[in-house]
Amino acid sequence: MATTVQNPPRRPRLTWTWLGLVPFFLFAILFIFLPSASLFIDSFRTLDGGFTFANIAGLFQPPIPESYWLSIRVSAMTAVGGGLLGFFMAYALTVGNLPRWLRPVTLTFAGVASNFAGVPLAFAFISTLGRTGFVTVILRDLFGWNIYGAGFNLYSFIGLSVTYMYFQFPLMLLIMIPAIEGLKRDWREAAENLGASTFQYWWRVGLPILMPSLLGTMLLLFGNAFGAYATAYALTGGTLNLITIQIGAQMRGDVLRNPNLGYAMALGMVVIMAVTILGYSWLQRISERWLK
Amino acid sequence: MARRVSWFAWFWYVLGALYFIIPLWGTFVFSLQKERGTFSLAAYQSAFADPKFAETFLYSNVMAVLTIIFSLLLVVPTAYWVHLRVPRMRPVVEFITLMPFVIPAIVLVFGLIKTFSRPLTILGVTVLPPLTNSSLSTDFLLVAGYVVLSLPYMYRAVDNGLRAMDVGTLTEAAQSLGAGWGTILWRIILPNLRSALLSGALLTFAIVVGELTIATFLGRPAFGPYLALIGNHKVYEPAALAIVSFGLTWLAMGIIDRVTRGQGGTTTGAH
Repeated sequence: MATTVQNPPRRPRLTWTWLGLVPFFLFAILFIFLPSASLFIDSFRTLDGGFTFANIAGLFQPPIPESYWLSIRVSAMTAVGGGLLGFFMAYALTVGNLPRWLRPVTLTFAGVASNFAGVPLAFAFISTLGRTGFVTVILRDLFGWNIYGAGFNLYSFIGLSVTYMYFQFPLMLLIMIPAIEGLKRDWREAAENLGASTFQYWWRVGLPILMPSLLGTMLLLFGNAFGAYATAYALTGGTLNLITIQIGAQMRGDVLRNPNLGYAMALGMVVIMAVTILGYSWLQRISERWLK
Repeated sequence: MARRVSWFAWFWYVLGALYFIIPLWGTFVFSLQKERGTFSLAAYQSAFADPKFAETFLYSNVMAVLTIIFSLLLVVPTAYWVHLRVPRMRPVVEFITLMPFVIPAIVLVFGLIKTFSRPLTILGVTVLPPLTNSSLSTDFLLVAGYVVLSLPYMYRAVDNGLRAMDVGTLTEAAQSLGAGWGTILWRIILPNLRSALLSGALLTFAIVVGELTIATFLGRPAFGPYLALIGNHKVYEPAALAIVSFGLTWLAMGIIDRVTRGQGGTTTGAH
């Protein structure tokens, strides 16, 4: 009975309610969906407008797979490396019995470092580990160790990875600290009462519970590095053929001589990013079962 | 028992701390060595003396302020409305704000250039002229791109802020006293969101001021492209500018830290 009375005045109100979100959706359509959709659609077009899979097939022709592969390797390397360093540092700060005052200082540092990327970050590493960088020179003059002679090169895969790590592991640290603190004290006490050693507790209880969160955050780091352009460009001047660098070159001067192949490269990037983020949110949901 | 594993904790902590500090220390010392055989601030003087430095830095600051204003205008009413009236739409709105994590800046600018370098037509009707033809309209496109990049941080900051207050009760109280929507947003919601807005704004500022990718490909005279150019031509000035830029990031994060203490603020950006 009540519903029949309430229904008529509700209708206009519903439309008003929707109107409140119109500016936001309009903005999203104009500046997010339209631009990406136009890239995606033209990925499936020939130069004269017909439908084709040739551009997608073109993604598997050299040098494009090499670029994707290099980007994937750098991202995976820094996600795992930065992830482990960040995790162990978070462990040290939470359950490692370090002096208390270290914590706020380190967290602020991590907040800054995780946002310190792009051109200035590249400069910092050139000044530190470049051919005449601070650390390079100290190692050479004081310790007689020429790292460039030993195969290190800042402007290469390994150098880029070391640089990316600077913003990767602080991000891991910031996310893992609340996760580790979410481990309930009861679990540890229960394990100890049953006679478990510290190692056994971590190996059989702590780590398994943290694992989804650990892997999920590593996926986040992977995406973080995979989409990066500025740091790599400023560091290597575009000589290291990451997929982002390749897309940049294509935008500057159609180096592939086929604009639609360029759009397909962008589409490929978005697909990889989307899979990464989906994996992240799936793992996030699993970890929320245990850690609130 | 915890004391026994302490060396393990110290090992990882020191390793991480060295990773934090060595590049900063190295860059700082390097930046002081412009004059041979002595430490001096010559690199800083030379970097600041370049008129292009002030020009591009000012330009990027203006763009950052515009980005923050547009982003707030877009995000605050939307997040408020979602909280108050259309909580069903929350997943959709959240999903949209997270798009920059799926569409990296380089792909975003690729799409923006492709879409807006020709007249925008819907069903054969021209809605917008090409935006990349004049510097003013390109600036608009730049700000739009930056607003997209700022969405995840801005929305999360505002959303956290709204969660911390009772939006429904505050709104009803204001309405019962005769306030309109404008008054409610401006005099009730905004003041309660102060720390959330400030942290969102500062994070946006930190992302936008040195941004390279979008500014470069739109061909705008911003600070990021200027920095990249300096990096190609100078040796010690880039180090000086890296230190300055780290100081600015530190300042922004320090303020965020202070205003959001104990609120679990979000201080992480994407690259």
